[in-house]
Amino acid sequence: MGVDRRNFIKIAGLSTVALVSKPVVDALADIDLPEDSPLEAKRWAMVIDLKKCEANEGCTACIDACHLEHNVPDFKDAKDEIKWIWTEHFEHAFHELDQEYINKELKHLPALVLCNHCDNPPCVRACPTGATFKRDDGIVMMDWHRCIGCRYCLAACPYGSRSFNWRDPKPAIKEEKPNYPTRMRGIVEKCTFCDERLAKGQMPACVDACPVGALVFDDLENPDSIVRKLLAENFTIRRKPGLGTKPEIYYIV
Amino acid sequence: MYDKIFYGNKGYWTWLIFLAGILFIGFLAYLKQFNEGLYITGLSRDVSWGFYIAQFTFLVGVAASAVMVVLPYYLHNYKAFGKITILGEFLAIPAVIMCMTFIFVDMGQPFRILNVFLHPSLKSVMFWDTVALFGYLVLNIFIGFITLGSERKSIAPPKWIKPIIILSIPWAISIHTVTAFLYAGLAARPFWMTAVLAPRFLASAFASGPALLILFVLLLRKLTKFDAGKEAVQKLAVIATYAMCFNVFLILMEVFTAFYSGISEHSVHFKYMFVGVEGHNTLVPWMWTSSILAIITLIFIIPPSSRRNEKTLVFACITLFISIWIDKGMGMIVAGYVPNPLGKVVEYFPTVPELLISLGVYAMGALIITLLYKIALSVKTRVA
Repeated sequence: MGVDRRNFIKIAGLSTVALVSKPVVDALADIDLPEDSPLEAKRWAMVIDLKKCEANEGCTACIDACHLEHNVPDFKDAKDEIKWIWTEHFEHAFHELDQEYINKELKHLPALVLCNHCDNPPCVRACPTGATFKRDDGIVMMDWHRCIGCRYCLAACPYGSRSFNWRDPKPAIKEEKPNYPTRMRGIVEKCTFCDERLAKGQMPACVDACPVGALVFDDLENPDSIVRKLLAENFTIRRKPGLGTKPEIYYIV
Repeated sequence: MYDKIFYGNKGYWTWLIFLAGILFIGFLAYLKQFNEGLYITGLSRDVSWGFYIAQFTFLVGVAASAVMVVLPYYLHNYKAFGKITILGEFLAIPAVIMCMTFIFVDMGQPFRILNVFLHPSLKSVMFWDTVALFGYLVLNIFIGFITLGSERKSIAPPKWIKPIIILSIPWAISIHTVTAFLYAGLAARPFWMTAVLAPRFLASAFASGPALLILFVLLLRKLTKFDAGKEAVQKLAVIATYAMCFNVFLILMEVFTAFYSGISEHSVHFKYMFVGVEGHNTLVPWMWTSSILAIITLIFIIPPSSRRNEKTLVFACITLFISIWIDKGMGMIVAGYVPNPLGKVVEYFPTVPELLISLGVYAMGALIITLLYKIALSVKTRVA
């Protein structure tokens, strides 16, 4: 069969596209891609071993690493406070488990708390603009450029994991890291499971910083993951499981 | 008819200038908040909604209460409300505008507020509340001016407005229901998570709105030639009485459920309001004032003899209004945040700039209602 006019034009067009796109593809190939491939999971989850954490009394390595890396401001006044990961007394972190004659050590056990990256996140449902959303891998993310600062998510979160920038955060940032955005006044922020590090193939900053390996981060859907192994071997609890939020942070106590 | 806002006596102009002055002070306070951030309010990460959102909630009720004159007049052809229906609709307009302004001044990034429409999130109650409020504002502006325009020409309102008026009735119910859903759907706040929140909001709205309308009608009778008639006032009083009884009943339902069940997550918020928790008791004097005023209201408004006496009726309307304002405008929202979900007690009280901004919003509402009532009365008294 000969080449008719229509096919000729098709072939000619495709050849032109191929010729023109060659330099573009070459140019793209020159861009430095991260050396490590991104860490991916079907559903990210974290196990925090509070016993290991407690044994290393007074350690704030994970909190410092996170807050430094993410330009989290340090306000002296608790009213303005911004925090992504911090410690609460056990009686507050696990409010519903508190009892009068609870083991003394347990009562004041500094429990590490952060965004639970709930599987059924009430903050995502509340957000009127989609500025807070759930990624396919389970991370509850924030678009700081879309947030209108209505703070409905703060009302909806049962864990107090969200912070609002009541004042300009920049003057309160101790040491500004240029490779992570600073936030502006009037928007909400929280832990993002270090999405920026995962994209570069790194573990979250808190997990990397922990000197005793108390924080484990892995894929919950993978039956061979360390998280699944820990969940199978230990008695673990979650914060306020009765609310149906399905938190993805598990605690070994 | 619109030009009538430019004709008034000295008292009228003094009042307008007074309101404009307060509005200006509120605007200056807002500029401070706009430039420096919401830290100048008493809000914190633990009590992240306060006076602004509480005023918004209260005023949604005032707006919705217009239905209490619209429904008897248009659905039941209750003629005695013929003169005051427009006053109800023109009360709803500034009330909704104040609601929107209170939401606006509460935003951290007010210039991004259109993101609610650019990126609508259909699962968010806040999106639906915005839609409901905008719709209600449009409905009331439309209905109010169309019917008033016909009245000025001494003709019957156009037939096509009737279905729109009928639509405004369920719409009024919806604005306060959806506003209640803002709170009642949050598992994080047991104090708000109650199925009677929407009915309670409606009951308190249908008590406070008509009470305010009675006060307006009686004030207008004193200041102008406009007289709505005794029957209309008395019927409004009966509506307010039933609604207030129902409101108090629903509050007692809440108290029973919280305390008899013994679930501390629920009862602790009531304890915070009425006796204080861990020595924190900012709301206690307010909530007792509200409760005592509610009882006084019932004592004066239930017996027909004191309800029919306009002096005691005015007194009861004032106590009723203040009681519900404290309950919704001071207690309801803040108590939901204290103690916080972690069981910690962090208190809240509005700051001076916060109060000045709120006062400015109320002055704006008063200004709008003055102008609207001026237009309405110019038609009403001329036709009469």
